Amino acid sequence: MSEAVPLLAMRGIVKSFPGVKALRGVDLTLGTSEVVALLGENGAGKSTLMKVLGGAHQADEGLIAIDGRATPFHSPQDSRHAGVAVIYQEFNLVPGLTATENIFLGQEVTRAGFVAQAQERERATALFQRLGVEIDLDLPCRRLTTAQQQLVEIAKALAFDARIIVMDEPSAALTSHEVERLFVIIRELKRQGIGIIYVSHRLDEIFAITDRVVVLRDGINVGERPTNQITRNEMIEMMVGRELKDEFPSRASAVGPPRLEVSHLTRGRAVQDVSFTVHRGEILALTGLVGAGRTETVRLIFGADRRESGEIRLDGKLLAINSPRDAIQAGLGLLTEDRKLQGLVLGHSVRENFGLPNLERLSHRGFVQLTQERKEFAGYVEQLTIKVSDQEQRAGNLSGGNQQKVVLAKWLARNSEVLIFDEPTRGIDVGAKFEIYLLMNALVAAGKSIVMISSELPEVLGMADRILVMHEGRVTGEITDARHATQEQVMSLAHA
Amino acid sequence: MKLTRLLTDYGMLIVLGLLCAFFSVTTYSDQTPKGAAAAKQVADSIVQQLGPQARVLIVASEQPDDEAFVAGMTNGLNAAGARIVATVKGGPKEARDALVKMTTDGGKVDAIACTQVTGTWLVFADLKTDFPALGNPRVILPPSYRWPNFLKSENLMNIANQIAVIAIVAIGMTMVIITGGIDLSVGSLLALSAVLATRFIRDYAGGLEASLGGMLPACIAAIIACGLVGAFSGAMITRFTIPPFIVTLAMMLVGSGLAYTLAKGEAIYQIPDSFVWLGRGADIFSLPNAVVLMIVLYALAHVLMSRTKLGRYLYAVGGNSESARLSGVPVKRVLMFAYIASGLLAGLGGVIMASQLKSGSATYGNMYELFVIAAVVVGGTSLSGGEGKMLGTLTGAFTIAVIQNGMNLTNVESYTQKVVLGLVILGAVLLDKIRQTR
Repeated sequence: MSEAVPLLAMRGIVKSFPGVKALRGVDLTLGTSEVVALLGENGAGKSTLMKVLGGAHQADEGLIAIDGRATPFHSPQDSRHAGVAVIYQEFNLVPGLTATENIFLGQEVTRAGFVAQAQERERATALFQRLGVEIDLDLPCRRLTTAQQQLVEIAKALAFDARIIVMDEPSAALTSHEVERLFVIIRELKRQGIGIIYVSHRLDEIFAITDRVVVLRDGINVGERPTNQITRNEMIEMMVGRELKDEFPSRASAVGPPRLEVSHLTRGRAVQDVSFTVHRGEILALTGLVGAGRTETVRLIFGADRRESGEIRLDGKLLAINSPRDAIQAGLGLLTEDRKLQGLVLGHSVRENFGLPNLERLSHRGFVQLTQERKEFAGYVEQLTIKVSDQEQRAGNLSGGNQQKVVLAKWLARNSEVLIFDEPTRGIDVGAKFEIYLLMNALVAAGKSIVMISSELPEVLGMADRILVMHEGRVTGEITDARHATQEQVMSLAHA
Repeated sequence: MKLTRLLTDYGMLIVLGLLCAFFSVTTYSDQTPKGAAAAKQVADSIVQQLGPQARVLIVASEQPDDEAFVAGMTNGLNAAGARIVATVKGGPKEARDALVKMTTDGGKVDAIACTQVTGTWLVFADLKTDFPALGNPRVILPPSYRWPNFLKSENLMNIANQIAVIAIVAIGMTMVIITGGIDLSVGSLLALSAVLATRFIRDYAGGLEASLGGMLPACIAAIIACGLVGAFSGAMITRFTIPPFIVTLAMMLVGSGLAYTLAKGEAIYQIPDSFVWLGRGADIFSLPNAVVLMIVLYALAHVLMSRTKLGRYLYAVGGNSESARLSGVPVKRVLMFAYIASGLLAGLGGVIMASQLKSGSATYGNMYELFVIAAVVVGGTSLSGGEGKMLGTLTGAFTIAVIQNGMNLTNVESYTQKVVLGLVILGAVLLDKIRQTR
């Protein structure tokens, strides 16, 4: 961090929303060639602060200075003008356009009113060279991998000479190999004098790539330290505001007889002849690289997609699952990977979301028993400590952790025998993660079975009884004693 | 906070209220009582001024309203014990003849009961000089008063009756739009249903001599046929995932073409008089039957949408169909229900229209799909699905009807009306957008 004039200085930023004061005077400084980690639980104000910087929200009070000069940030255009690029978790790419078209969207290179395609292409190639990667410039972006799309976003930022790049959970959808490549690129950007704000829940990455850590809690700064002078536990304590003993709660394993038996499940190339068994009281982790076919496999089990062949048995009984409805009635529950698109109806109230899979039980002669529904949901709000203003709050207004808890409440109320958790803690802060782990333990202790898909190896090793590794649609390995397995063991199977 | 919420939640209702107030003020004018109401006022004032023994001459023209006036006068005077000397039905000449005849017969008259029109006839201008022998009778006519044309009960009934068909069809449309779809075929189904119902009656139920037992199955068959078209649209949408816009656009053409083919290009009017009961009759509290039916259907639809499992599913499918499916909602069945309901209600609308117009024609319902969609949208239902209220749609339908009616009363040209209506639809959606960004 340069001692003189910082590249970016945010001072006393205040931002209120109806009923909530999201930011209560936050400071943030970023120097040239510096990577700052912005940490905090969900709801701490990280996203709001970054949206203020991106011009998506306007601060009620406070000052933003670039190179020591106060600069207006009233709109995304202002922000871009000031040299700030925000790469949100959900990318801002038009899926049908190519990388080049996306990079120059809104800043097209034109000659006499026509887009100078050759020139754009040349510049795009140069940008990717600068990043040291190669991208097929003719493919529409939807056909690029997540990692490649991220590179397009970075190139887009460089195309307008951004000097400050904000990365919001950049590793969330990347495999560990891809994360390594991202770090190489971040170091390169740093060398070129760009300041980077790195927002992530993954503490390992914070240690690997950042220079300084800034921690927010409840909309204020609670700490700031060079990364090499802070420990993992100190970081967590700062975020949650209390001491946290373990990341994963301990549990006595009590695996019973077979519960769910899946045999020879197949669908195209995505899932090929997958067979496995989950036992009573067991957490089975399904891991592997993104695109290994884990989500596709559980979607077949749940009837969300049609399987070409394969059988599913519960307690030895063959199930005829042709739709999610069949699976739910048989006693399965699925917490989807993508809460916003698949888990919740964002525009509807949390109560209505909770009721959705339970209406068969909660209604009498077709009429919803509202009192019953409210009472039950109130019970889960208390049990799971879901932070909602009231039962009519829109699901879309909750933080990730609370959204996940609402989804959990849906399936708990359904009393499903086998629960499938697809990336249950993605984008969720440390405190809420721990609560979800506790709940998973309580469920298996009560004799339920859990299939957990996770890309985070510490989570897989810390929570599972048994690990199944997939690669390119096939099960490539099994680790029966998850407690004594190592990350290296899992990785070697995943790259088989 | 409370106030803004009230304004946004009931914004359209407030707009409707303001429109009614506006048209009430602009149509405030002199009113002349007619028919039975006028008779009662005149009879009362005769009895009051001249006592129950008064000898009365009733003068009325041959208008239908005046028939009621004569009947009302006769009843009212008889009840009070007054004596009706004579009753004139016709023009000024008949009135003069009657007066001349009474003079020659030596009769006396205390009062001449007139309507607003007959009272101004010149023959009564100077009775003292023209017919001194009659004994100076007084001409009594109903008093005029000031009241908005818009707020007259006939006009209000008229609005309700005019919008009933659109409002009923809009129930199904609201369901479809809440699921995130659209149904462009309702206008054509309206025509198809009207043609089918009248053809069934003409060809199979005995035509002009048809009985209730023949007409009812004919109407039900027509409505079911429209339900089947809705089911077909729903099947195309759910089974082959063709966008609803395309499917129902196709069915709009198919339905209209079928209606023209079945009607052979002409209106079908060989149906009994009793067929107009549904469209023109008024049995309960003198509310038109179509309006009563509309109110009942809205009450049922409101309960369905807000209280039942099916209603919850309709919203969920529109809000996020993938989340709904993964939560065990039978998405395809829910969509089928919406399109079948829309078809059935369009069919019902067609039957009501045939009853109102006492004939069936393939030209009915032209452009109605747009009015129906407008009613739904003005009522605050989002075209992107998942949001909207039944009672909002009813408000929307009435808003459109009131604007049209008000403009008719204030003599706004029909072309200008279209411009205004277009802007109102835009304004309503704008209001909704402002509400959402809040």
